[in-house]
Amino acid sequence: MQHLWLIPTLPLAGFLVNGLAGRRASKTFVNAVAIGSVFLAFLWTVKTLFALAPLETPHIERYFTWIASGDLRIGFDFAVDRLSAVMLMVVTGVGLLIHIYAAGYMAHEGGYYRFFAFLNLFMFFMLVLVLAANYLLLFVGWEGVGLCSYLLIGFYFLRKSAADAGKKAFIVNRIGDFGFSLAVFLIFVAFGTLDFGQVFAKAASLPVEHTAGLLTAVCLLLMLGAAGKSAQVPLYVWLPDAMEGPTPVSALIHAATMVTAGVYMVARSATLFTRAPLALDVVALIGLFTAVLAASIGLVQNDIKKVFAYSTVSQLGYMFLGLGAGAFSAGIFHLVTHAFFKALLFLGAGSVIHALSGEQDLRQMGGLRSKIPVTFWTMLCAAVAIAGVPPFSGFYSKDEILLAAHHHAPWMYWVGVITAGMTAFYVFRAMFMAFFGSYRGRAHAHESPLVMTAPLMALAALSLAGGKIDVPRILEPVFPRGEAHHSPALVAISVGAGFAGIALAWLLYVVRPALAGALAERTGFLYRLLYGKYFLDEIYDALVVRPIERVSRVLLWRGMDVGLIDGAVNGAGNRAQGIGGVLRKLQSGYIRSYAVWVLAGAVLMLVTVALAGGGR
Amino acid sequence: MPESYVELYFPVFLQVLIAMAVAGGMIGGSYLLGRKVKNRIKDTPYECGITPTGSARGRFSVKFYLVAMLFILFDIEAVFLYPWAVVYRELKLFAFVEMFIFIVLILCGFFYIWKKGALDWSQQERPPEER
Amino acid sequence: MSQYYTATDHFVLVPAIMLALFGCAILLFDFWVFPEPKQRKWLLAFLALGEAFAGYGLWQQHTYIAGQGIAELTAFQGSLVVDGFSLFFNWMFIAAASIVALMSYRYLEVEGEHHGEYYSLILLAQCGMYFLASGADLITLFVGLELMALCFYIMVGFLRSDKRSNEAAMKYLLLGGFSSGFLAYGFSLLYGLSGSTKLSEIGVAIARRDPADPVLLLAMVTTTVGLLFKISAVPFHMWAPDAYEGAPTTVTAYLSVGSKAASIAFLLRIFLGPLASARAAWEPLLVFAAIASLTVGNLAAISQHNIKRLLAYSSISHAGYMLLGLVAGNETGIKGVAVYVLVYTFTNLGVFLVIVALRREGLVGDNIDDLAGLMHKSPGYALLMLICLLSLAGIPPTAGFIGKYYIFLSLIQAGRYVLAAAAALYVAVAIYYYFRIVRSMFMSDAEDAGAMETTFGVRVAAALTGLGTLGIGIFPEPFLRFAGQSLIR
Repeated sequence: MQHLWLIPTLPLAGFLVNGLAGRRASKTFVNAVAIGSVFLAFLWTVKTLFALAPLETPHIERYFTWIASGDLRIGFDFAVDRLSAVMLMVVTGVGLLIHIYAAGYMAHEGGYYRFFAFLNLFMFFMLVLVLAANYLLLFVGWEGVGLCSYLLIGFYFLRKSAADAGKKAFIVNRIGDFGFSLAVFLIFVAFGTLDFGQVFAKAASLPVEHTAGLLTAVCLLLMLGAAGKSAQVPLYVWLPDAMEGPTPVSALIHAATMVTAGVYMVARSATLFTRAPLALDVVALIGLFTAVLAASIGLVQNDIKKVFAYSTVSQLGYMFLGLGAGAFSAGIFHLVTHAFFKALLFLGAGSVIHALSGEQDLRQMGGLRSKIPVTFWTMLCAAVAIAGVPPFSGFYSKDEILLAAHHHAPWMYWVGVITAGMTAFYVFRAMFMAFFGSYRGRAHAHESPLVMTAPLMALAALSLAGGKIDVPRILEPVFPRGEAHHSPALVAISVGAGFAGIALAWLLYVVRPALAGALAERTGFLYRLLYGKYFLDEIYDALVVRPIERVSRVLLWRGMDVGLIDGAVNGAGNRAQGIGGVLRKLQSGYIRSYAVWVLAGAVLMLVTVALAGGGR
Repeated sequence: MPESYVELYFPVFLQVLIAMAVAGGMIGGSYLLGRKVKNRIKDTPYECGITPTGSARGRFSVKFYLVAMLFILFDIEAVFLYPWAVVYRELKLFAFVEMFIFIVLILCGFFYIWKKGALDWSQQERPPEER
Repeated sequence: MSQYYTATDHFVLVPAIMLALFGCAILLFDFWVFPEPKQRKWLLAFLALGEAFAGYGLWQQHTYIAGQGIAELTAFQGSLVVDGFSLFFNWMFIAAASIVALMSYRYLEVEGEHHGEYYSLILLAQCGMYFLASGADLITLFVGLELMALCFYIMVGFLRSDKRSNEAAMKYLLLGGFSSGFLAYGFSLLYGLSGSTKLSEIGVAIARRDPADPVLLLAMVTTTVGLLFKISAVPFHMWAPDAYEGAPTTVTAYLSVGSKAASIAFLLRIFLGPLASARAAWEPLLVFAAIASLTVGNLAAISQHNIKRLLAYSSISHAGYMLLGLVAGNETGIKGVAVYVLVYTFTNLGVFLVIVALRREGLVGDNIDDLAGLMHKSPGYALLMLICLLSLAGIPPTAGFIGKYYIFLSLIQAGRYVLAAAAALYVAVAIYYYFRIVRSMFMSDAEDAGAMETTFGVRVAAALTGLGTLGIGIFPEPFLRFAGQSLIR
């Protein structure tokens, strides 16, 4: 026993303390509890992993039986293997840095204790998700992080857009969760268990031709769940809006950890996916398509957080491309490096926003290089990492993925390379617009305090050197490495695309700033299409959201609620009369109409039964 | 043994028909044969020879209905005493105890309505704020 | 003791006697022994005593049955039966009635309608539920149903000066009477078909008949209509939103768990007993009612602003899930329904308890906006509400998940994949409107800073419901075993 349960329980305790007593406590106390609990969880993770090393086989701790019926046993079991070990380190490590940063960033915000309580609750669920030893417990964490994400996106609840964004994230994730829960039930029907070890053993022992159809269905449903959580086409629309939440939330939940849960889940289910080649192809295609689509939208956005949000969607697409190409360890590798540099980009963006007292529009920035140098230099580290400049972290992981994609299907590699070029372009476009040229805004810029810049520097170091952590080698016991695909030519091409992107951004936004506007005008339709995000939000709204709301209203046949609301709109004079009229109708008419419904239902049932002839 | 529902319920159907025919025949017969007088005095409500005064649609105190309902309640409960008296010899002590419990329960209800003032005619309407 | 009233009869009847006795006693003590308003807490104490005695009687039955290793104990020539099923439900009724009574005291004070009758009505309604859970005879069951329903009609209209409450009571009474008519008609046909009012004998007689017999179908449909009305399944649900909204919140709580659980017990007794052989005929009806309930309940709840109304629609959808367990019809399904009802009892009581606790002078607390900023005002209650709403939505590791899990499992085992998928889809819909409440609690600022005033009783009730909801979710084993015993056949 290594007491794995302590890892998630520590943040849970932090949540309970802050949630129940935080309102009356001082900020120092709230900080100490929130950061302290995550720090202890981090320490305990490190200690446990050292104790368990080398962890060639999964270490499983079974606490108690949760549900047992017949042969089925679902337990509160935690397991840690090398895959979850990597995830644990990322979640607790990056999570700790972001907690520290948030203490500075949120210092002047209302609802301070509430923010940290939710953040701790999020850590709890995320760690449960990572440690779960069966699909059901994973589902607990899965739903839990969704809840926290919902609460934290809507943190600035007074802004309508924030409330709407929370709602949107929630609705879209419901679709994904629906797929995921169906997948879990299907797994249960097929294998009679939900325990990872047993499911994979059974799937592996059955001949492929027997299970291919079933596993394809399971994997496609799992992928639907992953697409919801990890913002892939067609369910990616919530993530850019989720940027309404406070920036540390964007960094922790919507860049580094929660959104990668889908990637983790698919990698965890690798045994199933490798036996369902069709599903694996779908994963790769969705990943690739998402990567291109999101990157192209990111090219023209003016909100600094939106740029990075689309970048996140695009990079998640990369990860799925890696998974779909069968290079699971490459996908996880990119997950790790992405956690470093994307968290850094968001935290840096937060630092910029903080410095400009809330300004997020890139057009209102410029020339900040000298005003907030620490932020600039750390963000530059992240930018070169994400652009794939060797020898920084993004270069290694992106390379693994692209090489695997080339091995899988060469055309995917080429699309990936184009995306890499776009990635480098939009990141450096944002960098140049914010830090170069002359300052276009009005607010007085000031560098962030040490409590915020220290995490930036730590993440900058990780972004630069993180590529040296050879995640694929660490993951070898989980995902045996196939033959290595080394091709200096292909590597050179993708690196070249990155440099081309950077150079283009330099040309358009530093050397000849007027050119960018002219280009936008020349390509009017394309520009508007990209700027309008392909108008998918509007399409979804018209096709899905509105019809459901309409049905809900129609179902309230008698329209009591609607009637009163309409009355209120029509002015006070009509209103009194209106309500009186409604009430009078209620007294005499409605009971009768209810009774008619009962009677109609009874007659309907009778007719049905009579026609069916008693079910003969 | 009759085979189908049609056969089984035919007598019932027949009886319904006859009942309707008889009722319809009586009303129709009196309508056809009877002498029709129609004037104001004939149309006035019959009240034991006393000339009616005022409208019949007066408002009654709600207590009137309350007492009427309570009367029906206790009246119905008294009905149970008849079958009890019939089987008393067979059931002996059990019947006695059973009916005793029954009466006690009724008494509970009786005390309750009594104490709540439901039987109190003379009690003034309480102003609403006292409730 | 005589042949008409044996020791066994008495043994089986003890809990009901206790409930009725204390019910009547409270009625009399209200003006006789404790006439002062301040002495009403003694009436509450008497209610607790009555529950304790009833519980003791129940516990004796429980240990006797377990000790003898018998499946059931019949009394009054088979009119009453004590088995795992009745015990399971009766324990639940005791828990529900006690929790409701605990949360009522302060609420009624605030409403200004604190009368001793309330406590006696709780007990007498529970007495009716006792007969619904243990009755094995049409007349016993019907009398039990009416005893329960009459108490609820009064309780729904308990706020005499509130128009909504009066209106709700009137609607509930008229429609309840209407549906009882259907039920009585169905029962009379069942009696006509079999020549007996005993469920077991009716079952034998029906099994011998042609399943397409029109009179049998008529009997089945009318009975089904009456039963579905009681559990507020679509299309017989129209009374529920009005009754739930208008009734005093504590009564709504009792109505939503007590009345519903007892009606479900009643429904299971009828469908798995005398009507079991006509399954082919009633199953499509229940499938229709279940899917319609899920659809209407979940979709209509989305656009509600009043929490009580929202919960009424949610309770309609939960009735749909319970029916699905019966549709699956296998062992898991029936066990699932029992677990579901148990879980629903604790969870729903928890939600209503928070609304009740919110009520104070000048704040009704039944609008979603009234919950705004609850986390600031009293984080403990916000947490309770969160847990209960997660449970209603069926998210693990709360109890609601266990209930839904067994229903889904049974549907899958029965090969009804489409129904399982539809049910899963509606879970996704349901989470949406539950989370509207969550967001209001956690994300909004309090519109008024007034702190919540709670009493010891409310706090105890809160702890009970919270522990029940989380406890069953995390350690479901003992409850599952208990529900497994409650299997009818």
